[in-house]
Amino acid sequence: MHVAIIGNGVSGITAARYIRKLSDHKITVISSESDYFFSRTALMYIYMGHMRLKDTQPYEDWFWSKNRIELLKDHVQEVNFSNNLLKMQTGPPVRYDKLIIAVGSSSNKFGWPGQDLDRVQGLYSLQDLQLMEQYSQGLRRAVIVGGGLIGIEMAEMLHSRHIPVTLLVREKSFWDIVMPAEESAMINRHILEHGIDLRLGTELKEIIDDGSGKACGVVTNLEEEIDCQLVGLTAGVHPNVDFLRDNQLVIQKGILVDDFLQTNIPNVFAIGDCAQMENPKPGRRPVEAIWYTGRMMGEVVAYNICGQQVPYDPGIWFNSAKFLDIEYQVYGEMPATVPEGQSTFYWEHPGGKSSIRINYETQTQHVKGFNFMGTRFRHEVCEKWIVEKTPIKEVLMNFAMANFDPEFYKEYHQNICQEYEKISGQVMTSTKSRNWNQVFEFIK
Amino acid sequence: MSESNQSMSLGNPDSTTLDLVQKIAAAIGGLGLLILLVSWVGVDLPNKGFWLIISLITISLGTTLYAYQTYLNSPEGVKNNGVWFRSLTNRGLIGWIAGIVITGFYICLYWFPQLVGLHASGNIGLVALFDPLSQLLKGVPASQWFVYGTLYTMAILIFGIKFIWKYRHNRYQVIRTISVMFFQTFFAYLIPEIIESLNTSTNINWFDKDLKNMWPLDYDFFFKWHMDNMTLAGKLGTVMLIFGLLMIFVISPILTFKFGKRWYCSWVCGCGGLAETAGDSFRHLSDKTLRAWRIERWVIHLVLLFSFVMTIAVIYSYLGNDPNQYYLTRSGFTILTTALLLASAGAYLFFQRKQKDQQKNTTYIILGAVLFILGLYLVNYFSGSGSAYFFNSEKLKSWYGFYIGAIFSGIIGVGFYPILGSRVWCRFGCPMAALLGIQQKLFSRFRITTNGSQCISCGNCSTYCEMGIDVRSYAQKGQNIVRASCVGCGICAAVCPRGVLRLENGSIDLYEKTDDLHNIQVPKSSSS
Ligand SMILES: Cc1cc2nc3c(=O)[nH]c(=O)nc-3n(C[C@H](O)[C@H](O)[C@H](O)COP(=O)(O)OP(=O)(O)OC[C@H]3O[C@@H](n4cnc5c(N)ncnc54)[C@H](O)[C@@H]3O)c2cc1C
Ligand code: SF4
Ligand code: SF4
Repeated sequence: MHVAIIGNGVSGITAARYIRKLSDHKITVISSESDYFFSRTALMYIYMGHMRLKDTQPYEDWFWSKNRIELLKDHVQEVNFSNNLLKMQTGPPVRYDKLIIAVGSSSNKFGWPGQDLDRVQGLYSLQDLQLMEQYSQGLRRAVIVGGGLIGIEMAEMLHSRHIPVTLLVREKSFWDIVMPAEESAMINRHILEHGIDLRLGTELKEIIDDGSGKACGVVTNLEEEIDCQLVGLTAGVHPNVDFLRDNQLVIQKGILVDDFLQTNIPNVFAIGDCAQMENPKPGRRPVEAIWYTGRMMGEVVAYNICGQQVPYDPGIWFNSAKFLDIEYQVYGEMPATVPEGQSTFYWEHPGGKSSIRINYETQTQHVKGFNFMGTRFRHEVCEKWIVEKTPIKEVLMNFAMANFDPEFYKEYHQNICQEYEKISGQVMTSTKSRNWNQVFEFIK
Repeated sequence: MSESNQSMSLGNPDSTTLDLVQKIAAAIGGLGLLILLVSWVGVDLPNKGFWLIISLITISLGTTLYAYQTYLNSPEGVKNNGVWFRSLTNRGLIGWIAGIVITGFYICLYWFPQLVGLHASGNIGLVALFDPLSQLLKGVPASQWFVYGTLYTMAILIFGIKFIWKYRHNRYQVIRTISVMFFQTFFAYLIPEIIESLNTSTNINWFDKDLKNMWPLDYDFFFKWHMDNMTLAGKLGTVMLIFGLLMIFVISPILTFKFGKRWYCSWVCGCGGLAETAGDSFRHLSDKTLRAWRIERWVIHLVLLFSFVMTIAVIYSYLGNDPNQYYLTRSGFTILTTALLLASAGAYLFFQRKQKDQQKNTTYIILGAVLFILGLYLVNYFSGSGSAYFFNSEKLKSWYGFYIGAIFSGIIGVGFYPILGSRVWCRFGCPMAALLGIQQKLFSRFRITTNGSQCISCGNCSTYCEMGIDVRSYAQKGQNIVRASCVGCGICAAVCPRGVLRLENGSIDLYEKTDDLHNIQVPKSSSS
């Protein structure tokens, strides 16, 4: 059987690796972006000089032939689902028995005047990175539009090269559609501490043409003009599925898939950023454009292709990011505002660069989720607390156990417990310490 | 158009152009280096003590001021901007020049000390500049090794300060660096020199007084002259001898069991100390390929075998057969070492049996090596020849000293920092690291745990692992990292942008450390 995979991102490659583990099928991975799989999340580090492209490739070049995974660098122009054929841009058509579509996302553009000028770009692909490198020559100021994860990464990248950056954020506070007010305020402070020109409550109105088709500035909704030679558009992404529309495939926002990641066409599957779940699990969104879900889907689709029926169940939500120097980890559902029937407990270090937040059901006291800023906590432990509906008091008494900061870091669980005592009037004793043996016994 | 709200990108690390303070700092440091250079090429400076102090102070001041300006003017955090862009740190022209200069310096030290000014009739040049300090500390003129020791210690101190500022948000790094600075300054440098100076009797010859320097890194510990000098030196020598043996056979295995080999390699050792401080800028240059790992395992274990064979041969050669004359006779020694070898092999098999990721090939190779040594030994013993093997122990000794002691640990180990990374010696050549590594892999509580599924495969950990471990290959599977070569520097955990790695000691899962504990994805068996 020949399995063709369009896309060599994390989801396509994970699928290929697992299919190889489970079977002897012929596997072809097609991508027009890069010769080898690289970590998209590490794009920023290439620009910042932390790594070379090579260092962001998780597998050495010999890995692919050794595992008989054929790599094809070409662009799929059209899929002929009736004849199981892929029409390629340069090479001959490729016939498949089963097809996995893992084509990822594209950057959003919201119809801003001037959005298609030169020196206006998003940041998604290797080609975008090359463009950014090219535009950085002699760059005096860049304007980044969009207060999300890629926006702040792009700002950090330019900042690392001493290029002045203005960051336009539509919201009143950075990423406050996702982050609760305190955490969001912490990020605002940190952006400013780095000397990045953060403009909250400011939107892009139009991009100015310098007369030769290149951007030379922007106008904001406050009618201010800002001179710049690069405009970064980072207002989110959408599934990269336009080339598949108007065909037999059912596509809404993304390619619609069932619990087994199968599309409406029996031998065609879709995974990663471009897939849209027909029946997302409670609390989960139909399209989740993150690394971790792509990786999980890649493994699940491999089982389903190799004859084991395994439904996709991503489990408890988790994610992580880094805002300049402040790390962020989230476990469970942590919306920006506390949901009905839930309470929140927040503790912030006096230095203002780290904090913890726990949401819990007011009635039962069961913890629902955790936000961590500037401190690391252990995934499995937090997840287990949520799954087992542990009351917040018990969680806090054992809190040190989940701490994942390096050895010798100051521990604050006493202060955290005291804070909770003050609020709740309950007396607490910390019982666990930061010790692997205890963690192991707990999560085993 | 408005240019208001200028973003202030000042003081970010690794600015492409130097700011004023950095320029001043570079000038100050350059002055100190110039003094060294001027005296090296033979300018006979008057009042050497004064110029030496000026030189050492300006070098230290220049370097630390530069580091201060580079790191302390920006918020705490990972500071790797531009590492792959700079000529010094991306194997560019400046990197090669630096490598050649350091290599040249080592060649002079080992084989042409007269080129740096060593003369029995009275030092000149660079060595002479250090005479006053040597007179002060131990009452004799300087040797090229005194010059080297002083510069080495200074490098660990000033680059240690730089490192502490660079990683000031990370207490593990700060405390660890204070530790290597402390052990180098006191144990390796000051205490031995001072003990030396207290020794007034002239008939006592030199022996190693660095308590932390142990066999097999200190490969001449068991040499005849060294043993003689220790035993002739009365109480102090006896204490050093007993402590040396305790270190090898008791203290170091216990500490390695409890904390992993990091207690030595990245907290105490002088070679490690230099790699972690002066070598920090080159850590990303280590080779991460599987091929390099294969070569590493062969080379480092062969060096261990070599040092072992050489030491046995040397000891054997100076022991006698008469029980009345020797505490330990040749037959006694043969029985002792045979027992030790068999016990080690037995222990290896015992612990290896419980490991989940058994490596049959390694087991065969190790057992083969042990049998090989024993076979040689026995054949020789019964044939009654005077050496432990058919070859001459003196030859072995000089080969080891030349190829391993000088070329590998000095020239390649330090001279090639800017080309091969800072831990080439520790990774490929150090017999001590090999020995501690076997212990670490087999029975240590140490491992690096991964934070569930949080890895984004970015590669920072692997890139900045000075030992060339592909940390990511474990982290992205959610698997603990248990590697013989890991020196526990903790940099992989420090640079990880997603908080995935943590260095940890734990006894509860000693033999399951390498299990796929948190297999990220769906259960393998689920089917319907
Ligand atoms: C800068 C940046 C930082 C990020 N950071 C994080 C993070 O920290 N954490 C996190 O969880 N997520 C992060 N993400 C999101 C994450 O990278 C994506 O969710 C993930 O890479 C998606 O993987 P995928 O395999 O679905 O698609 P992709 O990685 O996009 O792979 C799709 C591939 O298919 C190719 N392709 C598409 N169409 C065709 C065609 N017609 N023919 C041939 N090839 C085609 C594309 O060129 C591409 O190579 C980040 C994304 C970006 C851009
Ligand atoms: S694995 Fe991590 S702790 Fe071990 S040597 Fe490499 S960087 Fe240091
Ligand atoms: S462990 Fe951390 S540094 Fe290493 S690849 Fe994963 S996310 Fe990156």
